[in-house]
Parts: sequence; structure tokens; C-alpha cells
Amino acid sequence: MSYTAIIDYGVGNLFSLSSSLRFIGSEAVVTGDRDVIRRADRIILPGVGAFGDAADKLRATGLVPVLNEEVAAGKPLMGICLGMQMLFEKSYEFGEHEGLGYIGGSVCPMEPDLAAMGDARKIPHMGWNDLSVRHPECPILKYTPNGAFVYFVHSFYAKDCDSAIMADANYGVTVPAVVANGNVYGCQFHPEKSGQVGLAILRAFTELGGNA
Amino acid sequence: MLTKRIIPCLDIRDGRVVKGVNFDGLRDIEDPVELAKFYNESGADELVFYDITASFEKRPLFADVLRRVAECIFIPLTVGGGIYAVEDFDRVLKAGADKVSVNSGAIRHPELIEAAAKKYGSQCVVLSMDVKRVDGKFRVFAKGGREDTGLDALEWVVYGVEHGAGEIVLNSIDTDGVRDGFDLEMLQAVTELVQVPVIASGGAGKMEDFAELFRLPGVDAGLAASIFHLREVDIHDLKRYLLAQGVPMRV
Repeated sequence: MSYTAIIDYGVGNLFSLSSSLRFIGSEAVVTGDRDVIRRADRIILPGVGAFGDAADKLRATGLVPVLNEEVAAGKPLMGICLGMQMLFEKSYEFGEHEGLGYIGGSVCPMEPDLAAMGDARKIPHMGWNDLSVRHPECPILKYTPNGAFVYFVHSFYAKDCDSAIMADANYGVTVPAVVANGNVYGCQFHPEKSGQVGLAILRAFTELGGNA
Repeated sequence: MLTKRIIPCLDIRDGRVVKGVNFDGLRDIEDPVELAKFYNESGADELVFYDITASFEKRPLFADVLRRVAECIFIPLTVGGGIYAVEDFDRVLKAGADKVSVNSGAIRHPELIEAAAKKYGSQCVVLSMDVKRVDGKFRVFAKGGREDTGLDALEWVVYGVEHGAGEIVLNSIDTDGVRDGFDLEMLQAVTELVQVPVIASGGAGKMEDFAELFRLPGVDAGLAASIFHLREVDIHDLKRYLLAQGVPMRV
């Protein structure tokens, strides 16, 4: 049976994410078990909260080597929100933290970059914003038209990752919204909170990997 | 471009929708799941559920409603009512809420704002306030607007944001139910003081009221109940109208 492993490392609420996968008819298992993750057809790395704290919690589970092996073996992995930010090499959220390094680039606060342009808009970037799709051929954007709206909540954003940006959103700065590098994907927004558009992105992801 | 949000609010008592809901198209007009589905399909950007259940014993019914909604509707869900402790946050978040709004609970225990923000993040903590003019000042009222707390609303909102509230719902008791427009003066005073999103509530009677509301640059969302429940304004029509007026909308 084909299923998606949603990594449970004690960060955030996984109810909506697992419900959304079930809603589109795809099996989802919320798990911290390495064998369940190894047998999965694809993996979702969720996350909310602070980068340092979440990265420490993920490392404490001992699952990072498992993720490294699965990604190296070609299994599709999707990071969501903070889970997406953890795919990068580094984060400068309250100090400097190491990420998983699957995608080149670093995660930085939006506020100083906006302030440098004299832009005083509110932080966090919260609400519905539209996607500019740069790479419609990206597999997880298979069903997503340019201009589709998705729901964001974040104060930090990825930088120096231009070649990985599949879709972006404008919030004074260019926000990498969907990123990809090989079999690794990331969404800065919450597909599980983005209505039909979000469900279509999840559906496209669940069509990847294994015998799906 | 970030859009302005339109948010219908559902009052739930003992697991059922209360407050003059007038829908011909729905099988069961008091079923929160049916109504939530309808609003989701009409283009609501977010849903707010207020638990007005009087008895503690019936509180699990609300969690059950939330769970059933969160299993089939995938837009942000905010929950309020009966939130007096961090454990109450936990209870509704586990049932599928994304944000939790505190009102009387934060007035009684101001430290709740910071405790919840530390545990769940500011993005999850909404400070909802019922405000009325008293002696020329904006005063915070508790218990659904029945009790004058003596708190100055402008001081309270700054306190709330400094202690971790990530969003404000400002309900004007003065305009609530009058249906002649939002309380622009009160909203202006609050939005000038805080940098977090502000949701306006109280006073919506027609589509033009929302157009006027969104001329205030600091307002991020408009919340209403009866005009949507009574089908006086259709959310889909409202959003098309606002878009034509130049307000950024998700349509």
C-alpha cells in the first residue's frame, strides 16, 4: 500500500495535514519511526515555531540520517513552512543554525530587508498571496495555475536559492514560495490551509514516488 | 499581492450554529459543518468559530464540531470562547484550530497571552477585544460586552501585542448590530498603534461598508456574522465587488 510519512518530531499540529491527505484519498501516517519512514513512498517534513528549536528537536529524534539516506536514494521529500526552511543549508533566525542542506541557500529575517527599502509593511507575512509560477513543469505544480492563491504565515524567508525557486510570491521582497532540488521540494506556505489550490499541490506530490 | 480577508463568524452552542441563520440551500442550517462548507465554497478566506456553550459538560461537543470541520475544510480556522488557560489552547488546537482567540480569559489572566505565544507561537494567538466608548475613551468590555473592565483599549492592545498576540480582532460594541458600517474611528486608533494584522468586526450591513473599511490601510480583514448568515450579502459577490473597487481579494 502506498503512503506518505509525515514526520512527527514534536513540532506543530499535524491534524490538518494528515486530514488533507486523507481528504484527497491518499494514505498518510504520522510517524517518528525510522522503519515506517523507510517503507514510505514519500515523506513530508512539517514544522512551525522557531528554526533552532525545531532543528534541535529533529536531530534529537535521530531521524536526520534516515532522511539523508532516503533523499539520497531518490525518495520524494516535501518540507512545509518551517519544514521547508529546514531543507536549506543555514538559518539566521536568532543566531546561526545548520539546516539539512538539501537545497543551497539560507533562511533570513524579512524585516531588515524590507526596512532597507523603506518598506514598513507588517511582519509576519500572513494571509493569502498569489503565486508567480516560474517553472510550470515542476511536478508538484502540475495542477497549479499561475496566480493561484495560497496561505502564508512566516517572518523568515529563503535567500540565495534562485535556481531552486519554482514559484514565488511578492511581499515587498521576493518570497520563494515553492522550491525544488531534484526529489526535494518545499512550500513556504501551508498547502493544507490553502483550499483547493493547496490540495492540488498535495495531490501532485502524492503522485510522486513508490508505485503511486 | 497579499489580499484583504473576508471572514464569516459562526456562534456555536452545544454543537449547533446559533444566531439567525437563514439558508434555503442547506439540508441542516444548524449544522456547523454544512455551513462551514457553504462558506468555504463561497470563497471565505478564513472561518471563526465562537463557542458560546454555557455548560462545561457540553464543551466536548465543540471539539467534535471542530474536528469534523477540520477534516473537510482546508482554510485557516480560528476558535474563540471558553479560552481561559493554556490547556484550553491545547484542547482546540488538537481538534484542528489554527489560531485561538482570547478575550475575557486574557482580561482575567493577562499572562495567558505570553504563555500561549511562547508555547504555540504568536501566529496562533489572537487577542479579541470588545470595545465601547465611555467618557470619550475606548474602554474594553468583558463577558460578551456586558461588563466594563475599566481597561483602556489602546493600552490593552499595545500590552497584548508586546506580550505576543499575533493578531487583533477589534469588535466595536458601538457599531455592532447597527449595520451602518464598521467603526472606522476606533479601527484607525488601534491600527496606528500596532504592527500585527487587525480584523475589524461589528457594523457590517452592506457591501459598501467593506469598501469603506478597506480604505483604512491598517485593516487586514473584515469579520461579520448576520449579513452572511441571513444571506443579505454573498461572500462571492462581495469579493468580486471589492476587487472591482481596487481592493486586493482572493477570487
